[in-house]
Amino acid sequence: MSTVLAVADIRNGEHRSVNFEVFSAAAKLAGEMGLSVTAVFIGNGLESLTGAAGEYGIANVVVVEDPALDKFSADTFAAAIAEVAKAKGAAVVLMGATATARDVLPRAAMRLDTALAQDTIAMRADGAKVVFTRPMYAGKLLGEVSIKSMPAMATIRSKAFKAEHSPVGATVEKVAVSLPTPRVKIEELALENTGTLDVTEADIIVSGGRGLKGPENWGILEDLAKTLGAATGCSRPVSDEGWRPHDEHIGQTGKVVSPTLYIAVGISGAIQHIAGMSSSKFIVAVNKDEEAPIFKASDYGIVGDLFEVIPALNEEIKKIKGND
Amino acid sequence: MNIAVCIKQTPDTTTRVKVGPGGTGIDEAGINYIINPYDEFAIEEALQLTEKNGGEVTLLSMGPASIEKTIREGLAMGAHKAIRLNVDKTPDDPTVTAKALAETLKNGQYDLIFFGKQAVDDDHGQMASLVGELLDLPTVTVVLELHVDGGSATAKREVEGGLETIRFSLPAVVSAQRNLNEPRYRSLKGIMQAKKKTIEVVEPALAEAHLVVEKLTPPPAKGEGKIFRNGAQDAAEVVRLLREEAKVI
Ligand SMILES: Cc1cc2nc3c(=O)[nH]c(=O)nc-3n(C[C@H](O)[C@H](O)[C@H](O)COP(=O)(O)OP(=O)(O)OC[C@H]3O[C@@H](n4cnc5c(N)ncnc54)[C@H](O)[C@@H]3O)c2cc1C
Repeated sequence: MSTVLAVADIRNGEHRSVNFEVFSAAAKLAGEMGLSVTAVFIGNGLESLTGAAGEYGIANVVVVEDPALDKFSADTFAAAIAEVAKAKGAAVVLMGATATARDVLPRAAMRLDTALAQDTIAMRADGAKVVFTRPMYAGKLLGEVSIKSMPAMATIRSKAFKAEHSPVGATVEKVAVSLPTPRVKIEELALENTGTLDVTEADIIVSGGRGLKGPENWGILEDLAKTLGAATGCSRPVSDEGWRPHDEHIGQTGKVVSPTLYIAVGISGAIQHIAGMSSSKFIVAVNKDEEAPIFKASDYGIVGDLFEVIPALNEEIKKIKGND
Repeated sequence: MNIAVCIKQTPDTTTRVKVGPGGTGIDEAGINYIINPYDEFAIEEALQLTEKNGGEVTLLSMGPASIEKTIREGLAMGAHKAIRLNVDKTPDDPTVTAKALAETLKNGQYDLIFFGKQAVDDDHGQMASLVGELLDLPTVTVVLELHVDGGSATAKREVEGGLETIRFSLPAVVSAQRNLNEPRYRSLKGIMQAKKKTIEVVEPALAEAHLVVEKLTPPPAKGEGKIFRNGAQDAAEVVRLLREEAKVI
């Protein structure tokens, strides 16, 4: 029986949080299509990580281990994914839309002479075909695309699908593949801000704009973020000015996020900013200008001075959290 | 150095886009077209490299004759010549475009082939990786910093929460992220010279499409938001709504 492959993205020996969403989405799609579903793990020393597939409803696990995969390389990982897809006769290949997958899956698609839908936010089976929904024109339009060749491949946006805990017993199979020599050499991976949550993986984001006036005022946002267990984000001028690191910049030219809750503070809501956060499930805006376009994109808004509103919100949230 | 830069014409990022007749493309009426913003970083990088090391920059773009206006914008920045792959409409499937580009690039003896990291219309963000794979060349995407040193190069690329430093030999494929450089303005002289530069037209053989756009729709409209006008006094009510109505905190 043909299968739906869910490829795990492992970074520093840990699951990316989107992996669980990919497992659940793949299991669901396989159910709709009457296909089996298989999780794929590539690298070395993965024993402790494969159990997660079963936790999220995937009974078949394929592990590709090879000394050549010790170090990440887009070339070898793309080859490994393509080889497993061929060996298993995959009908669909899914992976979270991480920086890694965005680079690796197009190469795998070319190796398989098929195509890839990037940054998918929804999908459904239509007979033997899968229809992927993906934002286009910076989210101003949604495109429904299908892929006629096999396997249909897609990267799926973090937080767009739900990780649903549904444990099944899983069997692990080791698959050997032949790998090419990498065409490039990764000399160094310098992780900045290790320990802080990447905005694309956060459930809640508290995001600040030019309305905060300067980096010295970020304390009130960080306090609110801490109370909520949120990540902090920002508009582009804020990172351009160096008030906040570049990796917090949200929008068309920065990160695209879909958290459960996005709180926009002192952000006017320019179209290029909206492009990066409009698919958030709930949006709250705090702005002193009643006419600011951000209110049009918001579920809840408070018109007022952020330097008063944010500490007040923080106090109120602490109160209800204190009662939990 | 012999450098190719693959560019795409896209709607200006501030233009409103609407679904066109047929429902699978956009309404082209009233749209202001520009060079895809990421491609400008690619052109700038190529120009700086040839200014330093000598050589030529060739722009490569796929589309109907109407895109020549946008190609000339790139020539006005300083690129030496251009090739247009003639099609009635830019393919919806990036693999079709990639195969046609690769076929042309194969014959060009380029030391470096640049792309923008993503085109702001289809937002596929995969062209450099596809072409790199087809040409079997070292490929480095989303590059923030590039140093070329004779026959090899070092690039820094963005990954979640960090930067990768990658070393590779030329020829190679590179895609540009914003901040790679500061794209230059087109000077009046550049614009005048661009008028005289050649745009060679090539008729590409098109591969069969795998990816099909079935439908384009505007995203579902948000319901009327609840906007409160009493500043900090409304904080308690909004927190209550977030807990009881939205159930997100
Ligand atoms: C090609 C291109 C790409 C771009 N990409 C991006 C992108 O990816 N991301 C992005 O964010 N931008 C992007 N931009 C920039 C974008 O157009 C806007 O300029 C930017 O988003 C504005 O940032 P802002 O909202 O922080 O600042 P402003 O527009 O200056 O807004 C500040 C807001 O703060 C409010 N304010 C001020 N003081 C207070 C106070 N005390 N209390 C409450 N509210 C207050 C003001 O009312 C105002 O609405 C791009 C632009 C271009 C041309």
